[in-house]
Amino acid sequence: MAAEKEKPKLIDEKGLRVDGRRPDELRPIDMEVGVLKNADGSALVKYGNTWVLAAVYGPREAVPKHMTLPDRAVLRCRYRMLSFSTHERKSPAPSRREIELSKVIREALEPAVLTELYPRTTIDIFIEVLNAHGGTRTAGVTAAALALADAGIPMRDLVAGVAVGKVDGIIVLDINENEDMYGEADMPVAAMPGLGRITLLQLNGVLTPEEFRVALKLALQGIKRIYDMQKEVLRHKYAVVEE
Amino acid sequence: MSVTPELPIIPKLKANAILNLLARGQRIDKRRLDEYREITIKTGYVPNAEGSAYVKLGNTQVLAGVKLEVGQPYADAPNEGVLIVNAEFIPAASPSFEPGPPDENAIELARIIDRSLREPRVIETNKLAIIPGKKVWIIWLDIYVLDHDGNLIDACMLASMTALMSTRIPAIDVNKETGEVTIKREETQGLLPISRLVTTVSVYKIGNYLVVDPNQEEEALSSARLSITVTEEGLIAGLQKAGLDHLTETEIEKAIELALNNAPKLITAIREAAKDIRAKEGINSEGG
Repeated sequence: MAAEKEKPKLIDEKGLRVDGRRPDELRPIDMEVGVLKNADGSALVKYGNTWVLAAVYGPREAVPKHMTLPDRAVLRCRYRMLSFSTHERKSPAPSRREIELSKVIREALEPAVLTELYPRTTIDIFIEVLNAHGGTRTAGVTAAALALADAGIPMRDLVAGVAVGKVDGIIVLDINENEDMYGEADMPVAAMPGLGRITLLQLNGVLTPEEFRVALKLALQGIKRIYDMQKEVLRHKYAVVEE
Repeated sequence: MSVTPELPIIPKLKANAILNLLARGQRIDKRRLDEYREITIKTGYVPNAEGSAYVKLGNTQVLAGVKLEVGQPYADAPNEGVLIVNAEFIPAASPSFEPGPPDENAIELARIIDRSLREPRVIETNKLAIIPGKKVWIIWLDIYVLDHDGNLIDACMLASMTALMSTRIPAIDVNKETGEVTIKREETQGLLPISRLVTTVSVYKIGNYLVVDPNQEEEALSSARLSITVTEEGLIAGLQKAGLDHLTETEIEKAIELALNNAPKLITAIREAAKDIRAKEGINSEGG
């Protein structure tokens, strides 16, 4: 029987984190859009070793038809982890966690999509975690928003997400797997930064009200930086080259 | 897959009435925006359960029960008991609930309650090992919604917390040679060890207003929800935003304030409801 794992030191004497980052530093982020040929929109987003692929199909005719709404498009969202994306093999059957996260991610994107423009259709969003190392749901939201934009679906604003946390008493940005596992709190946040609207907020852990305020502010700062990268990557792909 | 739900239809007149009243700081049932409905908690409701509680919140009725079994610990926590939370929205509770396995709403609710209990270490699971590394108590917390008139999360959290507070651990016989554990459910060895009380306060956004404890009509009219878990010390021990709409930073700030203001009343209600059972076992209701 394995002994209870010792909690590692998460902040060193210099105030740096397990992977050498400062508390307010994001992991190296990489984004690419239009990575799939068949999907109407797609994106591959990497937050360090967290790699997430998102694909969007639609607006398209719904099968079965009765699932549609007369006044708006229906969003259908599935978040899932590939079986080899984790240390222990993840069973391909949908877990309760994946079912909950599919809902939370859908509700993070609903406020952004102008669904009223496409009644009686569905917009399908598939999020596949290729490699999990903390922050998969928020990387998933960031990727899904890019894929929606890549599909040309009108949105009020892009949505970007990041998880903040509390590790060894310090509020830190963009927590990785070790910080999630051994830290005191994990708080995923997603927002439409251009409009100041928060569309995803969860907290797994314990914070004082003051720590919560600091954590939310830090998350929104991180989200703004990720949002700027999203815009840059879209501009790079779709900007018209003028001679 | 998670699919945009069909919004419940509310007659325009009713919707307007609700919104017009909110604009004046009133509710259709004469409550203030930050006021809960009447709370009734009956502890020890189901005799065969190790712990149980029935909660009536306005016209919402829920039942939570605890069964204890002996099982194996998780490999990464060999000396700790295991908590498993399930929720079911039974078809008797609402015309919109269908028979079958729990849907995403029931799963989300169960997971919110699970995290609210787990993260602040409400149950002292480190005291629930029977044979360290081999046999521990498995705590099955099952929640059933009996009648849905809004605010299921808070009603289910009240029932869950009270059921745990009133849970008695059955006596056991351990066979020293085989390591086999026999449960003697007719005898008890004391109460489930509880370190602190928690509750949730779910704040709903209706139009531009924030309210607590909506009834079903108000809930149907709401566009977003933030469920906030608060401990007896006033710490935030969980958050979950839901719904098709967004929240602003100011709205979240206000929602936290509403939660911190309302939590003490709810925690007092749980403590009161569990007082008799805990007194009988010679433990005061302050916890642990």
